[in-house]
Amino acid sequence: MIRIDNLTKIFETPNGPVTAADHINMEVPEGEICVLLGPSGCGKTTTLKMINRIIPSTSGRIYINGEDTTGMDTVELRRNIGYVIQQIGLFPNMTIEENIAIVPKLLGWEASRYKARAKELLDLVALDPGTFLKRYPRELSGGQQQRIGVARALAADPPVMLMDEPFGAIDPINREVIQDEFMKMQQELRKTIMFVSHDIDEAVKMADRIAIFRDGRLVQYDTPDDLLAHPKDDFVESFVGDDRALKRLRLVQVKQVMEPVTTVRPEDSLSTALQRIEQQGYSHAILMVNERQQPIGYVSRSVAQTTSGLCGEHYFGLKTEASPEDDLRKVASLMFTHDTTWLPCTDANGTLVGQVTQRGITHYLGATYHPDALGTLPRQLHKVSA
Amino acid sequence: MDTFDFLTGNIDLILKLTVEHLSLVAVAVGLATLTGVPIGIAITQNERVARVVLYLASIIITIPSIALFGIMIPILSTIGQGIGYLPAVIAVLLYSQLPIIRNTYTAINNVNPALREAARGIGMNPVQRLRMVEIPLAIPVIMAGVRTAVVMNIGVMAIAAYIGAGGLGVLISRGITQSDPRQLIAGAIAVSILAVIADYGLLWLQKRLTPKGISA
Repeated sequence: MIRIDNLTKIFETPNGPVTAADHINMEVPEGEICVLLGPSGCGKTTTLKMINRIIPSTSGRIYINGEDTTGMDTVELRRNIGYVIQQIGLFPNMTIEENIAIVPKLLGWEASRYKARAKELLDLVALDPGTFLKRYPRELSGGQQQRIGVARALAADPPVMLMDEPFGAIDPINREVIQDEFMKMQQELRKTIMFVSHDIDEAVKMADRIAIFRDGRLVQYDTPDDLLAHPKDDFVESFVGDDRALKRLRLVQVKQVMEPVTTVRPEDSLSTALQRIEQQGYSHAILMVNERQQPIGYVSRSVAQTTSGLCGEHYFGLKTEASPEDDLRKVASLMFTHDTTWLPCTDANGTLVGQVTQRGITHYLGATYHPDALGTLPRQLHKVSA
Repeated sequence: MDTFDFLTGNIDLILKLTVEHLSLVAVAVGLATLTGVPIGIAITQNERVARVVLYLASIIITIPSIALFGIMIPILSTIGQGIGYLPAVIAVLLYSQLPIIRNTYTAINNVNPALREAARGIGMNPVQRLRMVEIPLAIPVIMAGVRTAVVMNIGVMAIAAYIGAGGLGVLISRGITQSDPRQLIAGAIAVSILAVIADYGLLWLQKRLTPKGISA
């Protein structure tokens, strides 16, 4: 856990004092990723770097796992905090093994132990130890180097990590890959992480909480979903972007908006199908499943109305399906690609578990934008009368 | 042809003078490295001090060697060393300061700030930063300074023969006083060859000392 209490930084410049961070108060719960977000010069990096005293604070306190760091020895403090920077900063005169093992070495581990640790960490960041241990940083690509940067920060297993735009200098394709790998790692390691970014998409993807900074102040500190649904003011709203509803799609999984679905079987008659379509109010079609509840196609309303016979003789094949773990961004993309407004959802065995519809998605997102539409009305009236 | 005969006929003498010459330069530049590198590192901590130190070192290097020897005679005479080995070594030691201090200062200052931040961020103290990161990365440039000092001072040391320090300058000074071009030319050629060989030798050493990860 990281707790920041009234943390302030005032830089003395020739043009007078400049407040880079103004009484910042926030808490990152154990095992969560907090992304500090904002335009350049907003104080997010200053705040991050005050935690490991790369920048000394003017006033305020920092607690790590409940312990006040004020009296701690700087070198000691830093060795217990993983640090990853955008420029990576691998030492070019050291091999990859030496780079990863540097903190354990400084901590006085035995050679056999830190060498084993280096190997283990290379595996963790998905690089082959046999190939990379004895190489030098300049022989690696930017993406590989930053994986080593992350491995180095993790070497002594610090409870807390600080990351200053760690993936900012990596090309977009590799960045996605590295972000995904990092998230997978984090699910196991559960480090408490503070992460500076200026990329709202990265923040939404990685953060458990997002802290928006502006002019040295912490403007809003919320979960990504809350931030996108309820930006506190115009600045936050413009910063998260006009497409904030679309960004939220990534945060919602299919199972959150999945609806129960009525189906037919191949041996049912078309009139049964029509009856169920009418009953359920389906506009275009009804899903058909086999005896193992696996979707195999759909019967369209117009066919059911105009034809007689069995469903199994007059159905159309399915274009695609979704899984309950997919995020809505993927689902929306599938819907656009296949020109459809609904998708069946199946589990790992291919068994039908429900459906996801465009209307369901819209409703879900809309519901959280207006959580208490009735509740806000009197408040607004109150404002007007006051 | 005469010069060639002189060279072959006096090979023992020339070798003896060469060794003498080289050992004078080696001792002086060796001591200069021991003083210059720490000074170069120390002045990275304060820009004002750095300017003053580099300025002083530049002034020293502009003093003609013959004048420097002249200045030292009365001073060192007080301990009975007005001429000979000691003033020669001191002169070369002083001349070597500028290239060594300046190169060390520049090399340490030019270490990528991101590396310095990474080193601080992972909890290296200043001494560890110097030892594990900054000095290894600065080695090629520091060594280039040492090479400059050596080559330059092999020339300076030839003049030290005039104050009785020995070395290949003996051949040159004798050649002038005896109007003997054979000795003059032999001495000059030997000094030049020595400078070239020393430079290559140090280049080899520089490559050996440069960490593998940064060597070209």
